[in-house]
Amino acid sequence: MSSKVIQAMYNDDDVLMSAVKETKSAHHHIEEVYTPFPVHGLDKAMGLAPTRIAITAFMYGLCGLSFAIWMTNYMMIQDWPQDIGGKPSFAWIYNMPAFVPIMFEMTVFFAAHLMVITFYMRSRLWPFKEAENPDPRTTDDMFVMEVAVEGNEKELTSFLKKTGAVEIKVTEKH
Amino acid sequence: MASHYEAPIREPLIIGDKSYHDITVEVAAPVEGKANKQWWIVFGISLAAFLWGIGCILYTIGTGIGVWGLNKSIGWAWDITNFVWWVGIGHAGTLISAVLLLFRQKWRMGINRSAEAMTIFSVVQAGLFPIIHMGRPWQGYWVLPIPNQFGSLWANFNSPLLWDVFAISTYLSVSLVFWWTGLLPDFAMLRDRAVRPFQKKIYSLLSFGWTGRAKDWQRFEEVSLVLAGLATPLVLSVHTIVSMDFATSVIPGWHTTIFPPYFVAGAIFSGFAMVNTLLIIMRKVSNLEAYITRQHIELMNIVIMITGSIVGCAYITELFIAWYSGVEYEQYAFLNRATGPYWWAYLLMMTCNVVSPQVFWSKKLRTSIAFSFIISIVVNIGMWFERFVIIVSSLHRDYLPSSWTMFSPTFVDIGIYVGTIGFFFVLFLLYARTFPVIAQAEVKSILKSSGDNYKRYRDAGGANPAPSTPTKTKEVETVADVDVDANTSSLLSSLGSFDATSQTADDLKLISGVGPKLEKTLNTIGIYTFDQVSKMTNKEYDLLDSLMDSFQGRAKRDDWAGQAKKLKK
Repeated sequence: MSSKVIQAMYNDDDVLMSAVKETKSAHHHIEEVYTPFPVHGLDKAMGLAPTRIAITAFMYGLCGLSFAIWMTNYMMIQDWPQDIGGKPSFAWIYNMPAFVPIMFEMTVFFAAHLMVITFYMRSRLWPFKEAENPDPRTTDDMFVMEVAVEGNEKELTSFLKKTGAVEIKVTEKH
Repeated sequence: MASHYEAPIREPLIIGDKSYHDITVEVAAPVEGKANKQWWIVFGISLAAFLWGIGCILYTIGTGIGVWGLNKSIGWAWDITNFVWWVGIGHAGTLISAVLLLFRQKWRMGINRSAEAMTIFSVVQAGLFPIIHMGRPWQGYWVLPIPNQFGSLWANFNSPLLWDVFAISTYLSVSLVFWWTGLLPDFAMLRDRAVRPFQKKIYSLLSFGWTGRAKDWQRFEEVSLVLAGLATPLVLSVHTIVSMDFATSVIPGWHTTIFPPYFVAGAIFSGFAMVNTLLIIMRKVSNLEAYITRQHIELMNIVIMITGSIVGCAYITELFIAWYSGVEYEQYAFLNRATGPYWWAYLLMMTCNVVSPQVFWSKKLRTSIAFSFIISIVVNIGMWFERFVIIVSSLHRDYLPSSWTMFSPTFVDIGIYVGTIGFFFVLFLLYARTFPVIAQAEVKSILKSSGDNYKRYRDAGGANPAPSTPTKTKEVETVADVDVDANTSSLLSSLGSFDATSQTADDLKLISGVGPKLEKTLNTIGIYTFDQVSKMTNKEYDLLDSLMDSFQGRAKRDDWAGQAKKLKK
């Protein structure tokens, strides 16, 4: 199936916002919106589901905490218990206060790095990745809304013109 | 429509009549332009200092740390002083980017990028000192809990020195990803503006293919918020743990429970001073006074004043507790610190850190740029001496009077310290020329609420500075079926053709936005002189766009005609 899209370009975030709302209420399918900076409320207006990345960070943090507990217990209590400065390593729970900094740092380390890696993977960001923004101006001062063409192309074009677009471009999306 | 209201009593954070495109151009300008002579001079001096430092480090490693001024009583001196000083400086960056983000302070956006860069570069300097202090840095990996050749002898997790390893490495790596994630959209901006293929390639690589989809931005904001939430306790933990290197010992003068909060406050204090030192120069050199305003400097001065007062409180509390404890060793440590042979260092610390920031109660002084710069240097000196006083004055007179001694640094001590300052400035100067030094994407997002022109429009009325909604929409055909010859001739008819026998071609590369490749393209069309370019109007720009595959709209955006008019003279 050839998927034809219309890219409507706007020069203002407020115009874009109202255009997104109008397009949405006219039941056209918004494929994507490209903006040079975070436009607040855009995700809600487009109907994007909230991101769950904070939840993953919490779970990664728990992994880090568990790892730190396992590591300190294995290394200091089980594998080679030592009497350091008159403070023998009999049980993990007795030595626990000394391990709090390690537990905290590992929690933060795991949560932060794994969350960022998840973000990069999900948003397809890595070195040598080709950028996919339709126009170089979308990182400067232009906002592009990409609407799927279903049915009458002419009608959709004239509808988008009325929403205040600066430029309209019809392209085949591969 | 989104509300961009902000109370009129809040001063604008972006000065001047800026549009989104102006922000792009002004942030990209230092990267796209050429370095001036002063930059090369300062870079040369920093590089020389850095190389001298490397020499001293190599000498230390080759000969042993006996080349330092350390002796049997004073086992820690400049090395650890420098370590704590550099780590402390780093704290301001995280404070600005993370804590101010959690508190929704918008003034963070003009300065967070450089403050975080400063964090990373100064933590790199800090990390050097414990490593070279090991004496055998090639065995530095012994601090890591990895299986080893000694059966299973693991690192000691009860030791604050090992906590330090975990804290500093977590701090450095998390700060780095926080910084880099924020940089992606700004690198993408530079990538999409780059003309020369090499720059385009580099910034494509650095921007990780950032595209700016709505979903990406949604995740980006969530990730920034969570990272800020993680970095806030992290930054507090780092200096807390650094202070525990001292506080968990039984040495009078070090064995103090007030150390963690006192060190954290001191770190923020010295860090903000360093941010002020760097940004007061950078805003001038890189023409960013519209984004790093007098108000930013004033607010940082207020933070310096408050944290300076906290530090002052801690100094007095230490003295009081030493007296109140009734422990004579403790009492002597503090009496000796203030009145012993190191009285001058103590006095310097007290004046620089406690007295000097108090002048910022005066509005006139804290809004004076020159004065802020001087105080920021004074605070940096004072905070170095604070660490020197704590470390050396507590050690130089121990329990045994026969081993009482003084510390004198050797040229190696001084060389390594100067070397790290050089290294820091080498990194920062390179950063200032190649990185977007303002978080431009974030600054654009507050333009409508905190921009000078938008505030004036809302508060006093007048013309709406927002870009006007077009009456006519331009339609771009995908399959460009352009009659190239017809367009070329119509373009040249309005610009005038170039006669190689009577005219000389100009160097079109002088027009900003035109590189060697674009110049060649223009030449093949038949454009060789500034005179031709200066005649361009909207009609010619459109024709030019139709003749070129890439660089669409660039000629108009960069105002080639206006530039050519100036160059013609």
